[in-house]
Amino acid sequence: MNTTRFSIRYLLLIAAVLMLSLSSYAAEQKESVATIKMTQAAKQASKSTADHTKFTELQKDFESGPEVTAACLECHTEAAKQVHSTKHWTWEFLNPATKQRLGKRNVINNFCTSVKSNQAFCSACHVGYGWKDDTFDFAKEENVDCLVCHDTTGKYKKIPGLSGHPNYKPMEWPPKSGKIREPVDLKKVAQNVGKTSRDSCGSCHFYGGGGNAVKHGDLDSSLKQPLRYLDVHMEAKGLNFSCGKCHLSDSHEVTGSRYAPTAADDKGALLRGKEDGRNPTTCVACHGNEPHKEYAKLNDHIDKVACQTCHIPEFARGNIPTKMTWDWSTAGRLDENGKRLKIRNSGGMVAYDSKKGDFTYESSVIPEYVWFNGNVRYTLFGDKVDGSEIVKINQFMGGPDDPNSRIWPVKVFRGKQPWDVGNQTLAVFHTAGEDDNAYWKKYDWEKAMKVGMAAAGMEYSGKMDFVETEMSWPITHMVAPKADALSCAQCHNENGRLRNVQGIYLPGANNTPVMDKIGLGIALLALLGVLAHGGIRILTSRKGAK
Amino acid sequence: MARIYIFKRFERFWHWSQAALIVFMLLTGFEVHGSYRIFGFENAVTYHTFAAWMIIALWVFAVFWHFTTGEWKQYIPTMEKVDAMVKYYITGIFTNAPHPFKQTRLSKHNPLQRLAYLFVLVVINPVIWFSGWAYLFYNDLAVVGLGWLSLDWIAFFHVVGAFMMLIFFIAHVYLATAGHTPTAHIKAMITGWEESEE
Ligand code: HEM
Repeated sequence: MNTTRFSIRYLLLIAAVLMLSLSSYAAEQKESVATIKMTQAAKQASKSTADHTKFTELQKDFESGPEVTAACLECHTEAAKQVHSTKHWTWEFLNPATKQRLGKRNVINNFCTSVKSNQAFCSACHVGYGWKDDTFDFAKEENVDCLVCHDTTGKYKKIPGLSGHPNYKPMEWPPKSGKIREPVDLKKVAQNVGKTSRDSCGSCHFYGGGGNAVKHGDLDSSLKQPLRYLDVHMEAKGLNFSCGKCHLSDSHEVTGSRYAPTAADDKGALLRGKEDGRNPTTCVACHGNEPHKEYAKLNDHIDKVACQTCHIPEFARGNIPTKMTWDWSTAGRLDENGKRLKIRNSGGMVAYDSKKGDFTYESSVIPEYVWFNGNVRYTLFGDKVDGSEIVKINQFMGGPDDPNSRIWPVKVFRGKQPWDVGNQTLAVFHTAGEDDNAYWKKYDWEKAMKVGMAAAGMEYSGKMDFVETEMSWPITHMVAPKADALSCAQCHNENGRLRNVQGIYLPGANNTPVMDKIGLGIALLALLGVLAHGGIRILTSRKGAK
Repeated sequence: MARIYIFKRFERFWHWSQAALIVFMLLTGFEVHGSYRIFGFENAVTYHTFAAWMIIALWVFAVFWHFTTGEWKQYIPTMEKVDAMVKYYITGIFTNAPHPFKQTRLSKHNPLQRLAYLFVLVVINPVIWFSGWAYLFYNDLAVVGLGWLSLDWIAFFHVVGAFMMLIFFIAHVYLATAGHTPTAHIKAMITGWEESEE
């Protein structure tokens, strides 16, 4: 009796101590995040030679974004012109190798598919104000949005549907949530501009595809304050790299490209001031050609294997699942009251949305591996599609015999999306907008197709269907600490990670089955031979002994 | 019973250390090849590479020794009595017939042995060595003008060499028991003294 009471009390005591220590641990965590933020702010303040809060041009209650830009341009006279020549502004990229006209403005992907006819919505991630249709003035300097990249307060947010503007009046956001979003304090944001940061770049790039982590798989909000295991370079308490540390920029032109990436770099570390036009964003540009000092054999891999293949063992490692598939063909199913459905999976992620169809997600995903020489070929609007096979939205070119190719990790995003059967092309359709033609308004494919195809410059044939598509994304962020890089046997193994990569001799992966059979066969025969010979010797010597 | 001193101290040391290294290299090499798992791929590579340097060092000494002592002459091939040796292994050995070859200090190896060791020296070892070096310095081959050599061919020759070594090893170990008593040759390689029936 006594002993049980004693042990219960004892248990309670332990539980209390545990709870106390847990809560203090949590508080400590919060505190440390706060200190990181504070020290960052302090650093920034001490490093800049200009304190924007003191500038008379910025002592003003700005009514709109373009007004702020006008103030910026009073001192930074060339900034807008510089921005005008960048992909961030034009959303266009002419691939010099393939002559394909790419860029967000032109390509069709297998997420929200196409910008055309949906600009007011998509331009929430354009570095400009007012791009709602083809009448947008790309030459106007005040149309450049300085704040979306240079904000340091984290309070500046552009809202989809407002053509690249933040809200200047209180509005309900997200729609139908009942929550009111106060207008942004433009004066405060303008007085607190600074260098770009993980937060500012991430405000668009972490949310590509319509939500956190959706698109890339190696870019999501977990990189705002990453721990070491997630990203050795960006570790908030460690090297604390901003995006710009690697994506070195000049005159607002940001280096590094997904349209024409540098798949193989054997030019060694890039010396300061050495401007030879090469991409400074590669691993080699800092680490050189022989980065492995302790175990030199690893350097022998660099003619075949991209650094990323071993050093990014998985993508979406920040506990935020990335979207892996998107099936538009099931979109439009409504509940019994004709209302939009939103069904969540067991992990709380939206698995079905009437507006968009079915989704699947994964975390800590093992990439697929492909040969890649930096050349990407797209299936563009108007390129022939006949519905008989999976459409490769983009294809990574390269192969084992191409000295510029390396084995790269990729996220392959698979989907099913509309195509115009009569015109034999991937479709552009009108998704977002307040008009009745928008698919997200009335769930009517015919209307959405008609308007979308027309915006892309083609008359809708009247017959649409859904086709399977695949799109590849190079995995290059979320570089793990070296202890977490792949071990040898993860590839050097018959069922290793590179089992589907053709044309490479991979020691340990059962490469020479025929020779092995012959060699082992002869060795076994030799063994049998000597055993038989020895056996006979033993038998005959016994006889001899008799 | 006659006793002659056949194997000098260095020779015995060379033989046994080489034997150990070759067994170890077969073991680690075929793990690198993917035939089984003992040490784990990464360790197998490390050990194999380490052993490769050891065996290279050993061979350098051995070559030096053979030339300074003139012992290299032991490997000059001869066809004399080869047929008798073959016949002995096929029949004589079972009927207690006398061994057709008499070991002397100037001629330690029987004619079949001479041929076999010569084969190891001029075929198996060079195949393993050269392919092994190429394997080791795979990414620097262009420096010596061998940039066109692809890893699959390098590995092909290395594995062919390894299989030949394995087969040689099996035959060799067995024939070591084919002296006038099963352990006579082995004892000789340990003590240096070979007993022969007289
Ligand atoms: C008795 C001697 C040896 C045997 C039986 C042997 C056997 C093997 C085998 C079976 C492999 C696997 C090949 C593959 O699957 O691709 C291998 C790998 C290798 N061998 Fe040898 N080998 C021997 C000596 C040497 C020597 C002397 C060298 C260097 C000069 C060498 C260097 C290598 C290298 C570099 C590899 C590739 C794996 C690694 O980096 O360790 N081997 N060996």
